[in-house]
Amino acid sequence: MAVLVLAEHDNAGLAAATLSTVTAAVQLASGPVHILVAGRAASVAAAAAARLGGVEKVLLADNAAYEYGFAEPLTALIVGLAEGYEAILAPANTFGKNVLPRVAALLDVAQISDIVAIVSSDTFIRPIYAGNALATVQSKDRRKVITVRTTAFAPATESGEAVTEPVSAAVPVARSRFVGRDVARSERPDLTTARVVVSGGRGLGSKENFQLMEQLADTLGAAIGASRAAVDAGYAPNDAQVGQTGKIVAPELYIAVGISGAIQHLAGMKESKVIVAINKDEEAPIFQIADYSLVGDLFVELPKLCKLLSSSGAVEG
Amino acid sequence: MTREQMAFDCVVVGAGPSGLAAAIRLKQLKPDLSVCILEKGSEVGAHILSGAVFEPRALNELVPDWKARGAPLITEAKDDHFYFLTKVKAYPLPTPPPMHNHGNYIISLGNLCRWLAIQAEALGVEIFTGFAAAEVLYDGDGQVKGVATGDMGIGKDGKPTETYAPGVELVAHQTIIAEGCRGSLTRMLFERFNLRAECDPQTYGIGFKELWEVDPAKHRPGKIVHTIGWPLDTATYGGSFCYHLEDHQVIVGFVVGLDYANPFLSPFEEFQRFKTHPLIRPLLEGARRVSYGARAISAGGAQSVPKLTFPGGVLVGDTAGFLNVPKLKGSHTAMKSGMLAAEAVVEALDAGVPEATSYPDRLKQSWLWRELYHVRNIKPSFKWGLWPALAYAAFDSYVLRGRAPWTMHHRPDHIQLKPAAASRPIAYPKPDGKLTFDRLSSVFVSNTNHEENQPSHLKLKDPTIPIAINLKLYDAPEQRYCPAGVYEIVAGPTLGINAQNCIHCKSCDIKDPTQNIIWAVPEGGGGPNYPNM
Amino acid sequence: MKVLVAVKRVIDYNVRVRVRADGSGVETANVKFSMNPFDEIAVEEAVRLKEAGATAEIIVVSIGPAQAQETLRSALAMGADRAILIQTEDAVEPLAVAKLLTAVARREGVELAIIGKQAIDDDANQTGQMLAALLDWPQGTFASKLVLEDGRAVVTREIDGGLETVSLALPAVITTDLRLNAPRYASLPNIMKAKKKPLDILTPADFGVDVSPRLVTLKVEAPRQRKAGVKVADAAQLFDKLKHEAKVI
Repeated sequence: MAVLVLAEHDNAGLAAATLSTVTAAVQLASGPVHILVAGRAASVAAAAAARLGGVEKVLLADNAAYEYGFAEPLTALIVGLAEGYEAILAPANTFGKNVLPRVAALLDVAQISDIVAIVSSDTFIRPIYAGNALATVQSKDRRKVITVRTTAFAPATESGEAVTEPVSAAVPVARSRFVGRDVARSERPDLTTARVVVSGGRGLGSKENFQLMEQLADTLGAAIGASRAAVDAGYAPNDAQVGQTGKIVAPELYIAVGISGAIQHLAGMKESKVIVAINKDEEAPIFQIADYSLVGDLFVELPKLCKLLSSSGAVEG
Repeated sequence: MTREQMAFDCVVVGAGPSGLAAAIRLKQLKPDLSVCILEKGSEVGAHILSGAVFEPRALNELVPDWKARGAPLITEAKDDHFYFLTKVKAYPLPTPPPMHNHGNYIISLGNLCRWLAIQAEALGVEIFTGFAAAEVLYDGDGQVKGVATGDMGIGKDGKPTETYAPGVELVAHQTIIAEGCRGSLTRMLFERFNLRAECDPQTYGIGFKELWEVDPAKHRPGKIVHTIGWPLDTATYGGSFCYHLEDHQVIVGFVVGLDYANPFLSPFEEFQRFKTHPLIRPLLEGARRVSYGARAISAGGAQSVPKLTFPGGVLVGDTAGFLNVPKLKGSHTAMKSGMLAAEAVVEALDAGVPEATSYPDRLKQSWLWRELYHVRNIKPSFKWGLWPALAYAAFDSYVLRGRAPWTMHHRPDHIQLKPAAASRPIAYPKPDGKLTFDRLSSVFVSNTNHEENQPSHLKLKDPTIPIAINLKLYDAPEQRYCPAGVYEIVAGPTLGINAQNCIHCKSCDIKDPTQNIIWAVPEGGGGPNYPNM
Repeated sequence: MKVLVAVKRVIDYNVRVRVRADGSGVETANVKFSMNPFDEIAVEEAVRLKEAGATAEIIVVSIGPAQAQETLRSALAMGADRAILIQTEDAVEPLAVAKLLTAVARREGVELAIIGKQAIDDDANQTGQMLAALLDWPQGTFASKLVLEDGRAVVTREIDGGLETVSLALPAVITTDLRLNAPRYASLPNIMKAKKKPLDILTPADFGVDVSPRLVTLKVEAPRQRKAGVKVADAAQLFDKLKHEAKVI
């Protein structure tokens, strides 16, 4: 069976989320995987898509109507292509979540949101209740429309040589108008969507010492979080709080510094892919869930780590 | 600014067993009365925590056809067991007569309250959940004329936020205070009307409860086990309970008298280590803890019951203190007091008088008072320690049959602590995360939440006392008696108050040695969200 | 202009959900339910539009069991004008919800639908988009700001890493994100008044909509417990592990 991936891109290149979605598509497909690059002057993005391993064909839809990734024209395009595919996938981010349910409704099928594992061609695992439970669901629809939790699938590598084929569809009358985009809101990425989060706790001891977290965040391009204890103590602002009553985060890398790891904090970050804990108390509960535990004085280890990171030129998040 | 007003014939504060029983009785007696109940919990049952082996006597009188109406009394009490524990052994004791439970039910009191609320609403009672009664209203003559709910949407800094909504005045001819043990309005009324002038001080216990889902093979619906002894020393009043409910659920709980003397004692950790006793450990091994909670209970009995009426209102249930201590039951007495108060209130309304003076008379003529009066000397005798008290209890119950010509008296719990220097520190084992837990993971399963941006509802009269007296003299006992990790000494040293963790047990209001902590109601809807407790 | 707001009754966000031992779902007996928080934001936004004179009537709809009447009453107490419960004891998937809401929107002639971006139980994040598709309306999803002007809805959307502003021709569907507003508390007098506001109870059959599920939930499990990983001696070893083993830096 053939699978279509809806690519997220900025015309000049593919979003990282697209690479993970391709991996899920390759895993699911028993037939070819095609990738749809819809945009305006998106041939560079299409060329990048063509290099992805496992992709047989790139469908390039070049039209001004697709420039901003609006759901309405994209839906019309995808629905027109749907006949040839048994499954249509997109990343479960604000791009994919915006478009794909619209496609599913017009195809009269259920969407399977945010899958984290593929059990079989019609059965998937997805988190519910904010990740506090995992549901295994089986689709009875002939055609599957799926969004993919990208952190659950490794990015596809550049090992392919797909053909590119232009496609087009009638563009519906535009009733949405683009006004503007502001993606440089702050120098730091948003806490809930950052690839790397560094969080500080009461172990930092003071607001001044909490500055150490800024240095660490700078070297990693990370967002800064905090435990409730640190927020209550006034070291960090309220909106930095990670935990049950604060923000729920699930970055690829979570570094907890001077955080003991009360369950209320763990509830907000335990879905992170890799967890690092630095704490002087060997008994701190955070060590029970950390992938890498560093028992030691954060005031010694943190500057050392920052130095290593900045000298290696760690990648920007 | 002026607050909105709503008028009712009767306002009830608290949707527990006594408040709901009072409201139901009011509507049964006089269907055209307008009655409303204010409940600070986010829903009825959210703040209800009880054992509970329930004696259906009051319910039989209130809703005789409760069975047909589907009341959640499912598991009949079967076999009673009573043990004295040493660290490794359990010695069976004869079950004292008040602890025989034939005809009773093992229930979730929260679920019974949820059901009572449906009965009350069917009779036309308005129940407002998520609203805390924060203030008593008085008219020009000093008579209580209702209550006001707390303002919502006040920030940490005490200033209104975007969602600010002022409180509302609920005015009524009669205000029925059914706040449960150590009510915050009750405390104001005690002072205003000098209601405790002729009674003993109240004495309290703190009760812990956990709900567990156990291996079906180990589950014996209806089984009741009580223990005394280990892990408490013989000078400290307390003991455990373990009840097998329906659906493979087992309730495990522990009560410690808040008159304990050793400031190093941690009731929470006594409970946690109790679960490791060989009598109980096998039952919980491989089982799953579902919920946790704690709540103070009144243990003073008959001699601590205050004056129950004042112009414009009455006190009912455990805020007045109707727990039958040797029986370990207070729900049936709470309900009965609510019903009797309702009858007196209707009489007062009919007569057009401000005070429901026939309530105490009705009470004294009822089975409720006979129950409490007979057992009045049991709890006070524990001041002599466990063994003399058990001997006295046997003598009092079997020989005197509660007709002793004397009444023993109580002292308030907060003056009972000995200085840390004169006390023996207690080393508690670390929690294993399977059978025993720390406070924060326990609070987690109580589903406790408070809007974070609000002033602390735990107020210090004098902010220097926690360090100058509590820490210096008693090694900050609030760190240990609080079952929710609200209080901690942090760098400075200063007393950190994590009010968001509070599960509304009221122990701090009771046990603080200088009575410096005042428990006030937080924003409505805050606190635990107990399911099936 | 009539506004449609959909509200769902879900397990309260303060309640720690617990997976049933038999894997059939999560425990719901005697658990507190309340209005989905994103739907509360939707109701609040509609009420603010009404207070600003931008809309005439707010119709609030829920699809669910009889107890969802309480959820609707909460919305009425916040300021919605009337309520419709489409009563069913079965779980209803987003597609079926969208079909029912489409029928209501057409029947009532609404020009704006405000929908929570997702329900905190199934976390699907589909209904608003599906409704927009079935009505063939433009959509402004994940809104953190909404302004109605000149027959258009100007929506600021929370997208990954930033904000995007779009202008939609009405009628349109808006889905709410957390920062759109802070919902008000319903006051006691308004709770009393809400009891007298109209609440119609209908069934999916009244709309001729087939709500039979397309997905079968085979099992529900608790997520795996994380286990402790390895200890590292110092910052240098940590750096090495992150770079060469975890490959996250």
